Amino acid sequence: MNRSNIFNRIFHLYYDGFKNMTIGRKLWTIILIKLFIFFVVFKVFFFSDFLETHFKTDVEKSDYVLKQLTSPKQLKND
Amino acid sequence: MIEHIDLSLINWSRAQFALTAMYHWLFVPLTLGLAFIVAIMETIYVRTGDVEWKKITKFWMILFGINFAIGVSTGIILEFEFGTNWSNYSWFVGDIFGAPLAIEGIMAFFMESTFIAVMFFGWNKVSKKFHLLSSWLTAFGANLSALWILVANGWMQYPVGMQFNPDTARNEMMNFWDVIFSPIGINKFLHTITSAYVLSAIFVVGISAWFLIRKRHILFSKRSIIVASVFGLVSSLYLVWSGDGSAYQVAQKQPMKLAAMEGLYNGQKSAGIIVFGVLNPEKEYTNDEEPHLFKMEIPKLLSFLGYRNADAFVPGIKDIIEGGYEYLDENGKKQSAISTDEKIERGKIALASLAKYKEAKDAGNDSLKIAHRKTLEENFQYFGYGFLNDPKSIVPNIPLVFYSFHIMVALAFWFILIFVLALYFVYKDQIVTKKWFLRLAFLTIPLAYIAQQCGWIVAEVGRQPWVIQDIMPTVAAVSQIDTRAVQITFFLFLIVFTGLLIAEISIMSKQIKTGPKDS
Repeated sequence: MNRSNIFNRIFHLYYDGFKNMTIGRKLWTIILIKLFIFFVVFKVFFFSDFLETHFKTDVEKSDYVLKQLTSPKQLKND
Repeated sequence: MIEHIDLSLINWSRAQFALTAMYHWLFVPLTLGLAFIVAIMETIYVRTGDVEWKKITKFWMILFGINFAIGVSTGIILEFEFGTNWSNYSWFVGDIFGAPLAIEGIMAFFMESTFIAVMFFGWNKVSKKFHLLSSWLTAFGANLSALWILVANGWMQYPVGMQFNPDTARNEMMNFWDVIFSPIGINKFLHTITSAYVLSAIFVVGISAWFLIRKRHILFSKRSIIVASVFGLVSSLYLVWSGDGSAYQVAQKQPMKLAAMEGLYNGQKSAGIIVFGVLNPEKEYTNDEEPHLFKMEIPKLLSFLGYRNADAFVPGIKDIIEGGYEYLDENGKKQSAISTDEKIERGKIALASLAKYKEAKDAGNDSLKIAHRKTLEENFQYFGYGFLNDPKSIVPNIPLVFYSFHIMVALAFWFILIFVLALYFVYKDQIVTKKWFLRLAFLTIPLAYIAQQCGWIVAEVGRQPWVIQDIMPTVAAVSQIDTRAVQITFFLFLIVFTGLLIAEISIMSKQIKTGPKDS
């Protein structure tokens, strides 16, 4: 079996599989909508990485976390 | 200067994480177990050549696919939350969490996505044996993915194999194998995946019972019940064994969680395990009220299960807070437990040493740096206690942990009964006529999900206030962000995940109603 034959078979496995999907179409639609909501809406607008957003270098990040850890904390209702 | 932290920020951040994790875990266990059940069914098909088994395999494979597709990536939200809501924690755990999650991501992508494609698209395109191999590799791939995330969770319950670097404020992995083979991590993995197998078996038995109630697909249903019940029964027995292993580890490493699971306020020698009980809502560890309004217990069993000695002393909540009881450490040496007040004091010494280490480093004073680092390392095992001000804050929500634990255990034995009865009725060829049993089997499906959620409540609520046991409490882990932002995303998640759940139930119900098709 030559290489192009293997790649051809792999291509057709996926191509025919996607082409002949029934319930799979609905599931792929759900997956794509879900991924859009997670990675575009949630990640971009609501879930920026706190340390990445506020600090440029690892030294700045570690200084900030060290400060956070070593500042005495009190809950507002303590 | 004292920094004030809004308690509602911590509570909303915890609630959001709990909501996401619980919804995520509605999808995962069925994927883990159904993959193996499908692989077993296909193995029988390949060995016998009986096309009925191919029909059976394809039907459950479609339900597996629906569940996989709806559930996939729901866990990614948890990683978003680490970076946004729990940034101190994310930085602090460093590469210990990063390595297992990276391995999980790579393995999940390459193993699952490649072989799932062959599973669904490969019928009549690849050989029977290669298709079967793909089904098994999908099952192993899914379960191996779970290994890495559960190892990471196990590390949070019992942090090992790392060293804290005060220069970077990160924990650095010193021994990968200590992290992977942590006794808590391994037990957690085995107990969690076997519980997922039991859920999946209950799902298959329940749906098959539904077909039998409607007198549809009789042979299909009987065969599905046999495979699922045998798989479920074997898994259940292993689940009980791994549950015992988990409880033993909890007794050694997280005694407060064990005390909460049993509502044990005052330690006892020869402590019994409560089979059924009602907590006294008036009970506090500081008063003399009875902890339970009613209880049925098996004498000495808690001591035996927790310490492999029926007469061993099991510390209660009061003992753990006040200290003074004797226990055996990891090297088998007898030690006297120190009080939580003392742990708080040593935690505050660790925190102060860390601050002074930083000052000495900035001032270029090496001898002071070495001295403060030594003090930090001597007290690091209590580092997290330094953030606490009241010994009571190490007590988790007792009713939630107690009832969740007992519901989980009771349901595990209920599932065993269902599997045994199912096999008995199939063996006697009476299953079609036992309508009461078929209805019970169908109604047990949601109970399997309740048992799963209860298990996670015990594991996670039972270790509060810790994000990392004894090292970091939630108050130190949370990001200083606007509480309203957390509230908004909480409700956004609630809407999206509820939508996914509705989609899952409706697509699956439609597929089940359609039933298996001749291939």
